[in-house]
Amino acid sequence: MYFTFQDFYNTLPLTIIGAGILLAIVIEIYSNKSEQILPWFSVIIYLLAASHSLATIFTREIYFNGMLGVGGNVHIFYAIFNIAGIIIALLSIDYIKKYGMYYGEYYILLMISILGMMFMASARDLFMVFLGLEVMSICFYAMAGLNRRLLKANESSLKYFLLGSFATGFLVYGVALIYGASNTTSFDVLRQNISSLTTNIMFLTGLLMLLIGLSFKIAAFPFHMWVPDVYQGTSTTVAGIFSTGGKAAAFSALVVIFSQVFGGSLNSFMPYLAIISVLSMFYGAIVAIAQTDIKRMLAYSSISHAGYIIIGLAASNNDGIAGVVFYLIAYTFMNLGAFGIVALVEGKNEENLTLSSYAGLSNKKPVYAALLAILMFALAGLPPFSGFFSKYYIFIAAVKSGLTWLAVLGVLSSTISVYFYIRIIVLMYFRDSEKDFDIHKSPIGLAAVIIAVIFVIALGIMPGDVLALITSNL
Amino acid sequence: MENSFLISYLLLIPLIGSFLILLIPRDNEKAIRYAGVLFSTIAFILSLVIFYFFDYNHSGFQFIHKFGWIANLNISYNVGVDGLSLLLVLLTTFLTPLTLISSWAGINKKVKEFTFLMLMLELGMLGVFVSLDLFLFYIFWEAMLIPMYFIIGVWGGDRRIYASVKFFVYTMFGSLLMLVAIVWLAVNAAPALGHFSTDLVELYSISPKFEKEVQIWMFLAFALSFSIKVPLFPLHTWLPDAHVQAPTAGSVILASVLLKMGTYGLLRFCLPLFPDASIAAAPYMAVLAIIGIIYGALVAMVQKDMKKLIAYSSVSHLGFVVLGIFAMSEESVQGAVIQMVNHGLSTGALFLLVGIIYERTHTREISEYGGIAKVVPLYSVALMVASLSSIGLPGLNGFVGEFLILVGSFKSQVYNNWWFTIFATSGVIFAAVYLLWMYQRIIYGEVKNPRMNDLKDLNKREIFVLVPIFIFIIWIGVYPGTFLNVSKASTKKVIEQVLVNPNSNLKVTENK
Repeated sequence: MYFTFQDFYNTLPLTIIGAGILLAIVIEIYSNKSEQILPWFSVIIYLLAASHSLATIFTREIYFNGMLGVGGNVHIFYAIFNIAGIIIALLSIDYIKKYGMYYGEYYILLMISILGMMFMASARDLFMVFLGLEVMSICFYAMAGLNRRLLKANESSLKYFLLGSFATGFLVYGVALIYGASNTTSFDVLRQNISSLTTNIMFLTGLLMLLIGLSFKIAAFPFHMWVPDVYQGTSTTVAGIFSTGGKAAAFSALVVIFSQVFGGSLNSFMPYLAIISVLSMFYGAIVAIAQTDIKRMLAYSSISHAGYIIIGLAASNNDGIAGVVFYLIAYTFMNLGAFGIVALVEGKNEENLTLSSYAGLSNKKPVYAALLAILMFALAGLPPFSGFFSKYYIFIAAVKSGLTWLAVLGVLSSTISVYFYIRIIVLMYFRDSEKDFDIHKSPIGLAAVIIAVIFVIALGIMPGDVLALITSNL
Repeated sequence: MENSFLISYLLLIPLIGSFLILLIPRDNEKAIRYAGVLFSTIAFILSLVIFYFFDYNHSGFQFIHKFGWIANLNISYNVGVDGLSLLLVLLTTFLTPLTLISSWAGINKKVKEFTFLMLMLELGMLGVFVSLDLFLFYIFWEAMLIPMYFIIGVWGGDRRIYASVKFFVYTMFGSLLMLVAIVWLAVNAAPALGHFSTDLVELYSISPKFEKEVQIWMFLAFALSFSIKVPLFPLHTWLPDAHVQAPTAGSVILASVLLKMGTYGLLRFCLPLFPDASIAAAPYMAVLAIIGIIYGALVAMVQKDMKKLIAYSSVSHLGFVVLGIFAMSEESVQGAVIQMVNHGLSTGALFLLVGIIYERTHTREISEYGGIAKVVPLYSVALMVASLSSIGLPGLNGFVGEFLILVGSFKSQVYNNWWFTIFATSGVIFAAVYLLWMYQRIIYGEVKNPRMNDLKDLNKREIFVLVPIFIFIIWIGVYPGTFLNVSKASTKKVIEQVLVNPNSNLKVTENK
């Protein structure tokens, strides 16, 4: 087993980020101004990686001895992670100043975690899934507790670490069982032997373990317990990347497993996925209604959205997979925008995080309120925003697979979720503010949110091109 | 006229107008108000142009503008009008500038946002009426909720939050089930069509061939959504709240145009797409419609609040429309179409008049008024005309629609039951009772409330808003042919689509 420099060149987006991380560490060591340099440096790196991934989207190859696949939807995921990285980095600049919590490792950890996500998306081997997941997760554990003066942040970090390691345990155990049953961890070899493996109980148990391990990261129902506490305790910008990049990465691994290994023929897991999906949708939507903290509300909303995305996996046809990818793109921008506004409104020392502090925001900050209103309508799935089209596409996939009942349940849970999304709008527009507070100015953060909102609107009105790109790369 | 851009221009005008208004400085309220009226008037003129070039004898869609939009799903931007939608398009573009002018006195805060939302609302409503692709239709149908939600929630009365949230969640619930039905229809029509499509004209050719049982499920999903919007008894409970809490302009648009989207949907989608199910459901829909007619009238009779009274009268009047649609005879459907316009005009005028007096007295309690005929003679005349038009006095518009509906349902092959008509006719009498009684309590007698003595009569602006509506009220009453001719060919076609039905035995292919 050996590889050449050609392999590094062929996986250039990964190489760019990898080199960026090393350079960033050097900058952090030698420069006193790293707080000013690093965010912009990392934005440039993300931009390079994202644009290169999109430019080389049609070259689909497998490198590093069958470990990493590039091109096609893998590069679409690369672009999602990197654009999420850009938005989070821009939001963080003023957020970190506000809290006075600059530690050099912040932007570096963010970059490493995005590298981990990219590993997961391009994995062609179960070990790469595990490696990517751990690279991402370990950075996440550290980032969760980065604001180390806050007790809550420490608590959330520890909680995330303990539960996350537990879930990783499941994943590794699953990989071991799959290896035991099939003598391989390579997706290609697994696919060749799939017909004999689907009757092997050890293989199926292993696969179930693997699914459970990843369900933890996508925050699906029975494995969601960490989500609200961690989102609430950690910095808002960090919670933003947990809920978008982290979730998209875990889904990207699931997409690869489902589309590469099983070729969309895994109906024995359909009931399991359908049940997880229904439970996540309804649990998230119903519990979100009772929340008074906006970050907790967004956490439950993200559980609910995980449910919708799983519908696409349960449908296990090409439309389903394309629907998952499209939904993740749309969801990433919606959620980043929402967390962005929360980060902008948030005051020093975790002020203004309750729902009631959004009362009368339309008078204080009309632009923030209008942006958040668009994002809430988008998350609730109203046209003409991207949240609507992504749900529409997922439902088409479900109906095509004869899962009309799942689509109907999805629709019912979105009716429930409409209630808590529009409650924010009620507060911002129909009520007067209860207390006065200053909102820190953050033009860069605002610009980042506006970028996200432009994507939310554009993907809703013009989903055709992105969809064509996804389906042509299935 | 094929491939004409007129309809797209009609949609673009409010869109461009609303964004231009965002550029006008907030303080310059006068400019904002004039700009709003200007853009909606241009839209009205453009719809008159469409009306002028419209070919009455052609039953299909005209002024079609179509281009590919989302290639993967064969979704196209596809708009056009036929006789049914043209009348409602005209109603929408006619009422929007008038409601904008009427709101000059009532809306004093956030004028910019209000004008922006009203134009957006106009865009949504026009889009619903002209869409010929189910996906496009659904986008407009849902997106239109957003401006209406804000109009009720920001400029509404004391209980506006409750009313707006109820309106939003209630109507969204219905429409989301329709979304699943649209998806299901498109997926299952795909094998017969050869491709996935939500194009209405293509689905017209496939959907009626589905088995009856399948059609009934589809019909229920679509009809639930439309019935909530109509609103059909017992799904009407959002309506009184929304109407009463909305500002005058909101109430007018809500009653005049939004409710018509429900009846339009039944006529455009439910009947031609699911003919077997529609015939099977017709008696049940008729019973609900008649319950609505009588229930709405009885509840209206006991209301103390003028706006609430008119809101319940809408439940009653829209019952007639639904009765006419499901009778599926030429007279009844023609009557239903013209009644949609009539209700828009007369209820719109009534809401405007209530709004006008509310702006002066800040009360809508009927008991606060009394004997104001001497103080405000012009107002009394206007209210008389609007009430009589709503009651259906011969010579005014309401009579034409109700008469056609009753005659049509009397001889309806589908109902084949006189009792429907007999019960429905009682609604006409009840309408006279509640409206004339309200009129008597407000206008006649001695002035009970001393502060009514210095009530101001209609000013020029208000007369300017009301007179065009009254012109049409009398026009339709005296010479309805102008408007009935427009919808005649299209109405015939809808009835043919339902009654002359191909064998419905297309099995749904299971593709699990």
